[in-house]
Amino acid sequence: MIDLINVSYDTQIPNNVGLSSDKRVLKALEKWHPGYINWWNDLIPQNFQKSMVYLRTAVSVDPKGWAKFDYVKMPEYRWGVLLAPEVEGRVIPCGEHMGQPAWQEVPGEYRNMLKRLIVIQGDTEPGSVEQQRFLGLTAPSLYDMRNLFQVNVEEGRHLWAMVYLLQKYFGKDGREEADDLLVRSSGSEEAPRMLGAFNEETPDWLSFFMFTYFTDRDGKMQLESLAQSGFDPLSRTCRFMLTEEAHHMFVGETGVGRTIEKTCEVMNANGITDPYDIDKIRDLGVIDLPTIQKKLNLHYTLSLDLFGQEVSTNAANAFNAGIKGRYMEHRLKDDHQLKNDTYPVWDFVDGKLVRHEVPALTAINMRLRDDYTRDAAGGVGRWNKIIEKAGIEFELKLPHESFHRQIGVFSGKTFDPDGNLLSGEEYDKRKNDWLPTHADGDFIQSLMKPVTEPGQFASWIAPPKVGIDNKPGDFEYVKLYMA
Amino acid sequence: MTKRIDFQTNPSMYRHWRVDYDGDVANLTMDVDENGGLFDGYQLKLNSYDLGVDIELADVVQRMRFEHPEVKVVVMRSGKDKVFCAGANIRMLGGASHAHKVNFCKFTNETRNTFEAAEADSGQKYVAAVKGACAGGGYELALACNHIMLVDDSTSSVALPEVPLLAVLPGTGGLTRVTDKRKVRRDLADIFCSLEEGIKGKRAKQWRLVDEVVATSKFDETVAERAKEFAAASDKATGTGIALNPLKKTIDDNGSIHYSLVEVDVDREGRKVTITLNGPDRDVPASTEALEAEGDQSWMLRLAREFDDAILELRLNEMELGLVVFRTQGDPEAVLAHEAFMLANKDHWLAGEILQYWKRVLKRVDVTSRSLVALVENGSCYAGFLAELLWASDRSYMMDGEFDGDNRPVATVTLSDGNFGPFPMGNDLTRLETRFLGEPEAVGTLKGKLGEAMEAEDAMEAGLVTEAFDDIDWEDEIRIFMEERASFSPDAMTGMEANLRFAGPETMETRIFGRLTAWQNWIFNRPNATGTDGALQRYGTGVRGDYNMQRV
Repeated sequence: MIDLINVSYDTQIPNNVGLSSDKRVLKALEKWHPGYINWWNDLIPQNFQKSMVYLRTAVSVDPKGWAKFDYVKMPEYRWGVLLAPEVEGRVIPCGEHMGQPAWQEVPGEYRNMLKRLIVIQGDTEPGSVEQQRFLGLTAPSLYDMRNLFQVNVEEGRHLWAMVYLLQKYFGKDGREEADDLLVRSSGSEEAPRMLGAFNEETPDWLSFFMFTYFTDRDGKMQLESLAQSGFDPLSRTCRFMLTEEAHHMFVGETGVGRTIEKTCEVMNANGITDPYDIDKIRDLGVIDLPTIQKKLNLHYTLSLDLFGQEVSTNAANAFNAGIKGRYMEHRLKDDHQLKNDTYPVWDFVDGKLVRHEVPALTAINMRLRDDYTRDAAGGVGRWNKIIEKAGIEFELKLPHESFHRQIGVFSGKTFDPDGNLLSGEEYDKRKNDWLPTHADGDFIQSLMKPVTEPGQFASWIAPPKVGIDNKPGDFEYVKLYMA
Repeated sequence: MTKRIDFQTNPSMYRHWRVDYDGDVANLTMDVDENGGLFDGYQLKLNSYDLGVDIELADVVQRMRFEHPEVKVVVMRSGKDKVFCAGANIRMLGGASHAHKVNFCKFTNETRNTFEAAEADSGQKYVAAVKGACAGGGYELALACNHIMLVDDSTSSVALPEVPLLAVLPGTGGLTRVTDKRKVRRDLADIFCSLEEGIKGKRAKQWRLVDEVVATSKFDETVAERAKEFAAASDKATGTGIALNPLKKTIDDNGSIHYSLVEVDVDREGRKVTITLNGPDRDVPASTEALEAEGDQSWMLRLAREFDDAILELRLNEMELGLVVFRTQGDPEAVLAHEAFMLANKDHWLAGEILQYWKRVLKRVDVTSRSLVALVENGSCYAGFLAELLWASDRSYMMDGEFDGDNRPVATVTLSDGNFGPFPMGNDLTRLETRFLGEPEAVGTLKGKLGEAMEAEDAMEAGLVTEAFDDIDWEDEIRIFMEERASFSPDAMTGMEANLRFAGPETMETRIFGRLTAWQNWIFNRPNATGTDGALQRYGTGVRGDYNMQRV
């Protein structure tokens, strides 16, 4: 009997899937492991590899105490395979097989569809680590550096989780796909990552925070949908990944929040009331709020593109097959098959944006995107509270979903952030008010000076309210290796 | 039509055919019992036929080969006065499901091919002696004979009236044989095929539709004369026939069938059936005399008969089992020894017939509209002619290396002379030639590996199997392949497989099964033929079918 709560460390790989008794998969994973370690070692600058980082490691799937904190060198981090405990009698929650027992093995009929979903999910995990590989060099504090590495190792663990599924359930093809996850690389000409947003650079820390807030949140929504999968091992894997994903979103939200807090604080200290007094604000070594809005515009809209076409046959097929559900499928009150339901979808008729009803089955992506937008709005509200509290008249806003889009009905058309259609000329003229310019980037880059004294923070960001694992403010989260 | 169809019969059970043996000539008389239809709802008037009639004919043809090797000429004629044969029964076709029509046509085509090829294969020549109306499927019976004699009585004619009368095609080889075998000029063929009443007398000869036209008074005499001439010219190997006794088989409630060497294991939920062929259970015959003495019990013949019957059972009685899994178990060396004996004695009439029979059975597999997969497991005996199943199948999977808890001999594939000629496909190429169309030199290279028991790595390297899986992957990969296959549209599978299987040159045979049959099956699905106001339904009402005049 496998102990589902206490992870067995009796093999090289911490897991709660009984790896030690599954010699075949263990062999396959151990074969893949060296390639993974090479990937990791080539990726992160060497002095960080040798540093001791105060990280949490998943050791169990017990919600009351699933992680433990300790110093560890990243290459020695124990990337494990952890699945949420099996729910007895779980049934397929949606689609044409609804109510049938959840699949414990891959149904041959949907093998390729499932494999594709897992590969795409798997491809994003190392992708973000690659995008963020140089950020350690400009960390605004040891606290932030630690958070970066925490996010990185956990994305690495999520890759492990997807690789486990591929190797356990998809045979020879699955092993090849697992190998290819280490072949593709973010921004590569030869073999880029599969999704566009994961080939964009993460050039600075504000981008990193925006990325973890907005783009990791897309990951969260995808994981939420996959957690509803009728293929039980995928569902269980994603449910556990979600517990870790929450921290990534926390890093993003508090990172942006601390940046805003510092800007407001400096503005008030220097008697600046106009948030658009940009030069003056920048001279004080903090990032002005309009630029933060531009970064928000960029990352939010790139993330919206990750949801794909509003009306999608692939998404309909996956839902109908029962291999991918909707956000919170179990809480929705409908037939879970969407036989006659409709859902309003954006369209573009006679130069006007309208929402019209289409069969809900084909609008799965649109629905998930709407759920995402609602979810993403929460943090924006909390950021505005910080600004309000500081008494500054400025409000951050999510732009209209038609703005700056590359995928879906809005792509190829020029909208302003309020959703008004503009001529190309007009758009070009005002684009720099809405999206970060190279000059904005240069400015932010100029602030990216590493701060490695415990308890010290860069000029542009406020310290956190509480430390990780309730550690005191001057805690040395990373014991840097000095060559 | 849900009644289980049995393909086994014997002369004591015939209702529609008679055979009179006269030394080296056999007289085959078609005299269909009107009330002997396989199903209710139609009468087999005017020597029209249904599947039951054709099952008897197939049995006649098969027994002619094995039980009457002394026969060199078979004269086919009618037992009715004014009609040779009116073709397939229209009411039967009108009432039959699409699936039944398709499989009925396929089986009748196979039987026509068999007696047509009997002359080239073993020196038995079929002659059609046509008196009375010879229409549609009736003329197609005659077309498959290698000599057609038509009485010149100013009434008897040959005709293919399907198009004008029924809005379907002469689909049992008719259109193909008119142009490809009889080599009728295509514009004359066009006239002939749109002419309800057909062509009679001298013009039939002029147009090459028949070989000779004979006056009524001299007809029987000339036919007998011609039969004797053909017999005298034949150098057929003869001997004393063996009896083809009824197969010993039992059928379980779930449809699984057990024979002495063949196991048919039905998995209804998985929509698949596993056919296991067992290797030799007896020694190689010491001599051709010993082979004759074994009669229908020699290993290769028994296996062929059982396998043939199993395929037919599945085709007509198990429409929903879309995936056929082939397995073999036994000693590959022993398989090769039996085959080598037959090949060494191929000029002996019985050894020759057994090889010819395997050729037909393998062709029957080729045109079976099911997904075919061969599993090369440990303990299997894919050697020589049994290895042909690997390349008759749409895919093949082979066990690679040791399997936990499996002490059977490791899986191998062994080639023999049997893989380089004696069992061609309908396209007249061997299965290996067809498989390696893009690299013909590969076939030559493989000849250098005769007798070598190739394990998975070598078999993969040689391109003989699709995939090899080790202990880790085998079970899952096979299961997933099967589940995926079972989930595809059966129609798309049938179409895809039929197209991929027959690469290379066209022959009359591939044209019949590929072109003619495909068009016929399309027409069978169109309302102009089979709709409630279509020609098949309206046949006999005096009202023409109501056609949609749009050309598609």
